[in-house]
Amino acid sequence: MSEQEILAFDRADAIVDVPTHYCPGCQHGVAHRLAGELLSEMGLTEDTLLVTSIGCSVFLYNYLNVDSVEAPHGRAPAVATGVKRARTDKFVLSYQGDGDLASIGMAEIMHIANRGEKVSIIFVNNTVYGMTGGQMAPTTMEGQKTTTSPNGRDPMKEGQAIRMAEIIASLGGTAYSARVALNNVKNIRKAKKAMKKAFEVQQKGLGFGFIELLATCPTNWRMTPIQANERVESEMIPYFPLGVYKDVTAED
Amino acid sequence: MAKNGEKLFIKGNEAISRGAIAAGLKCYFGYPITPQNDIPEYMSAELPKVGGEFVQAESEVAAANMLIGAAAAGSRCMTSSSSPGVSLKQEAISYLAGSQLPAVIVNMNRGGPGLGDIGPSQGDYFQATKGGGHGDYRTLVLAPGTCQECYDLVIEAFDLAFKYRNPVMILGDAIVGQMKEPVITREVKDHDAAEGKEWRIEGAKDRDHRIIKSLFLTEGSLAGHNQALQAKYDEMAKNTKQELFETEDAELIVVAYGSIGRIVKSTVRKLRAQGHKVGLFRPITLYPFPSEELNKLAKQGKKFLTIEHNLGQMVEDVRLSIRTITDSDFFGFMPGNLPTPDDFEEPILKSLGGK
Ligand SMILES: Cc1ncc(C[n+]2csc(CCOP(=O)(O)OP(=O)(O)O)c2C)c(N)n1
Ligand code: SF4
Repeated sequence: MSEQEILAFDRADAIVDVPTHYCPGCQHGVAHRLAGELLSEMGLTEDTLLVTSIGCSVFLYNYLNVDSVEAPHGRAPAVATGVKRARTDKFVLSYQGDGDLASIGMAEIMHIANRGEKVSIIFVNNTVYGMTGGQMAPTTMEGQKTTTSPNGRDPMKEGQAIRMAEIIASLGGTAYSARVALNNVKNIRKAKKAMKKAFEVQQKGLGFGFIELLATCPTNWRMTPIQANERVESEMIPYFPLGVYKDVTAED
Repeated sequence: MAKNGEKLFIKGNEAISRGAIAAGLKCYFGYPITPQNDIPEYMSAELPKVGGEFVQAESEVAAANMLIGAAAAGSRCMTSSSSPGVSLKQEAISYLAGSQLPAVIVNMNRGGPGLGDIGPSQGDYFQATKGGGHGDYRTLVLAPGTCQECYDLVIEAFDLAFKYRNPVMILGDAIVGQMKEPVITREVKDHDAAEGKEWRIEGAKDRDHRIIKSLFLTEGSLAGHNQALQAKYDEMAKNTKQELFETEDAELIVVAYGSIGRIVKSTVRKLRAQGHKVGLFRPITLYPFPSEELNKLAKQGKKFLTIEHNLGQMVEDVRLSIRTITDSDFFGFMPGNLPTPDDFEEPILKSLGGK
């Protein structure tokens, strides 16, 4: 290591200084970093209660320097509801993968949005079940090969990939819903801005905040990190259009 | 709100609701199912008046998971349901136990398996006392036999939940939940607002962040965790509750719990008046089971008959408790029917007369 080493970025106080367990090129780490930076910048670190879910992100509680509770698979929105009702004065954040949120936990995510709980949920859509070894998720795309759709997802038998940001936007209690991507620096900057908006609607007590992040899983996509980023651009974004689907602050 | 020492004529379900609020309930999460709907209905009207939160969840699954969140934040929280609904809550109850979180779960047991019926039954004894969900864990279980006990035991349930950082279940049925009796309310001293301060999530300020979890991956850590849970269950077993009625000179002890224990008491009274030497042992703590107390009676040479409103569940715990000395007869009153004290006369006399 050179003695001339210059620190280009400070570590945000909400981020714990430990190596993460993710595969090379996985964007869970990027998503964590954005969340941690925002908590620090918004002065929320000491006031945040975090709900973590099941999937590759299960260890998020080791990486963010905030008090946290672990939810069963899919149930993070219900657990987050309980936390927020018990401590209405706190900032409540949850983080879920696509298998977790759009499959087993579909009922819970619909109803937390519809009730308009004042919590923020970060939704990482990598079109596959990561942790359990690459099985088909509700967001797996038509023709995409996974370990349980070996011939590619067949919409006639297995349905189409579910677009969550749009569905959440349609529910009454949602104050903000947007889809962003983590595949390049420009999109990462936009992602951070959108996440900030989702956090702000909670702070203002306006309702539920939802942010869908299109992210890579190079391991289960059997791709290099670069190929995985290209897939986000060429296949995912056309089917899962980026944008803000609901923003109650923009309506006035 | 009921004042101290007020005498009310209310249903068991209302007694549970009032007791919970008197105990400082902050969050209630529920989903409709007969025969416990009086509880969410009462809570929706009354809990907000005392600054609490009521949520009608989208399912029992969600309600029980809301409990995880509220409990992690250190609040006194409760859910209630009946048999099929309690099955759905079991995953979360396992997580509560694994994460060492305090919460109260009410099960107004109805008939099963499956959809069964909405009448009273004791068919959920195994589920309640043996864990019910996955993994090595136990739920502390209290079984009220009167409306007054519904009120008193729910207050005790909150204290025990926090004392042991463990879920506590109130196991009743449609009889005790639906019948009306006089209940004397009592003043509950305010519980400490700092309850759970040493473990609850409240924002990491001037200390390391806290993680409430049930995942233990590193070599040996799950074993250590389970050992700690076991030590806790052993500790709980030192303070079981039970009612002993006419046991002193009894030749035959009937073991029965909850509303059935209460009905059997009437049978025992009647048979006593006829000169039969029978008594009642009514466990109030179902887990941990009052084995030692029962064992003492076995050592005195008593005979035993276990009566339940099911096909035979608690009888296993009775037999385990007295196995080195004697055995217990069993009489199961089939769910789907409502028992009266008369229904128990014949089986009791049969056991008393048999060798
Ligand atoms: C009730 C239950 N069912 C199944 C599992 C197994 N499981 C663990 S992680 C996971 C998939 C998670 O996938 P996703 O939410 O897409 O997150 P990722 O790993 O891709 O980040 C599953 C099915 C579980 N832990 N609990
Ligand atoms: S399996 Fe996929 S989602 Fe999980 S850490 Fe690896 S790349 Fe990330």
